[in-house]
Amino acid sequence: MSKTYFTKDHEWIRIEGGTATVGITDYAQEQLGDLVYVELPESGKSLAKGDTAVVVESVKAASDVYAPADGEVTEVNEALSSDPSLVNSAPMGDGWLWKMRITDESQLEGLMDEDAYKASIE
Amino acid sequence: MRDLKTLPLETMHEEAGARFGAFAGWRMPLTYPAGVMKEHQHTREKAGLFDISHMRLFEVEGADACAFLSLACPLDAVALESGRSKYSMLLNEQAGILDDIIVTRLDTDRFMIVANAGNAEKDHRILSGLARGFNVSLKPLDRVLLALQGPEAESVLIGAGLDLSDLSFMSAVEPQQDWFVTRSGYTGEDGFEIALPPSHAQAFVEKLFSDERVMWAGLAARDSLRLEAGLCLYGQDLDENMDPARAAILWAIPKKLREEGSFVGADALRGLLAKGVEETRVGLKPEGRQPVRAGAILMNEAGEAVGRVTSGGFGPSAGHPVAMGYVSRALREPGTILFADVRGNRVPLRVHPLPFMPHRYRKG
Repeated sequence: MSKTYFTKDHEWIRIEGGTATVGITDYAQEQLGDLVYVELPESGKSLAKGDTAVVVESVKAASDVYAPADGEVTEVNEALSSDPSLVNSAPMGDGWLWKMRITDESQLEGLMDEDAYKASIE
Repeated sequence: MRDLKTLPLETMHEEAGARFGAFAGWRMPLTYPAGVMKEHQHTREKAGLFDISHMRLFEVEGADACAFLSLACPLDAVALESGRSKYSMLLNEQAGILDDIIVTRLDTDRFMIVANAGNAEKDHRILSGLARGFNVSLKPLDRVLLALQGPEAESVLIGAGLDLSDLSFMSAVEPQQDWFVTRSGYTGEDGFEIALPPSHAQAFVEKLFSDERVMWAGLAARDSLRLEAGLCLYGQDLDENMDPARAAILWAIPKKLREEGSFVGADALRGLLAKGVEETRVGLKPEGRQPVRAGAILMNEAGEAVGRVTSGGFGPSAGHPVAMGYVSRALREPGTILFADVRGNRVPLRVHPLPFMPHRYRKG
């Protein structure tokens, strides 16, 4: 069973067996426009909640993507190095950004579920 | 986005699904649903339509029009033929660049100036001040200004009833009362800038869109296109602290005028040229995929600051990041390697000839 959370910064976090996969929402990719570069963290990097984990760059501007909780990066989406547009075409699928082991899952409490997130962007 | 000026065709942009942003005091379409990449590429391949009505047209008319313009700009207005346009600028007494403009001669005593939106009020004030003592009137015009850019622009206009196939690059006509069309633009492509009364604009745009080769393109695509074309954006690549020599736009000032002209800033410019400039504007190609943006400091191998990036982003047609900036003159040769600090990463860049994409203007 997986559970997906959403943040007010337009990120999604999918929890599966102790690992979290993080990406940006469809709404966020639409706001950013065509992405041309994704700056990924090193695998093994420690993140504190609120740290800039990834920088996504569109033709025009760079935007930060934050760590939703404390933890350690276990994997990054290497496919984005050659094809950053995956984030535009499949933000919640092949366009995921990084995976992390979350130290304290209680930090996810208070995040939105999909319905609440959808309501928040309307 | 309160207190922003809105384009006369704002409703059309909203209906086209534009995403808006603030630019120079205006609420401007940044992108449309196609997205900046497609808008950019479509402009290079077919025809992109830009609403640039935020830019300001001034009509200059009177027996002293030539004398007035030869004072206001480093321009040989007498030598400019009717129906021809020139890239020029307004300078202050220190030869700092107040604006970069296009001046078109329409008739013996009648000229048109197209000025940047962000400088429109300043330009109006300066030009009005300089006009005192001349027999000349300076009139800001209420126009919609459209730029139709790309290799299919000429044929699209023919379909819309405007055959300008005889017009060459940097030439102008007035096809109807209160219309003003130049074969020019700011994308590096062939194209036209069309000024027309707001009351005619919607019908004309609808006519253009009856041709499926036409696509709206926003300010984001305009920026990536002009950057690939190596063209300056006022407020980033040019400002009052830059002079034409450093900005590498001295080509716009005839040699004779640099030596003998009496335009505003002429003495200061002669002083700068005699002394020699220490830095100059160059193209920069970041290695790899990561864009280097305006504001980044440029360093040499030893880590010493040697310049700065003034415009930077991704070039959709070039297929790599592109940038412009100012560097010490000794480092201006293409191929010179420099470094920029981007969020702690040391990104190498090479000085690159401008433009990044060859201009495809329709020369006469």
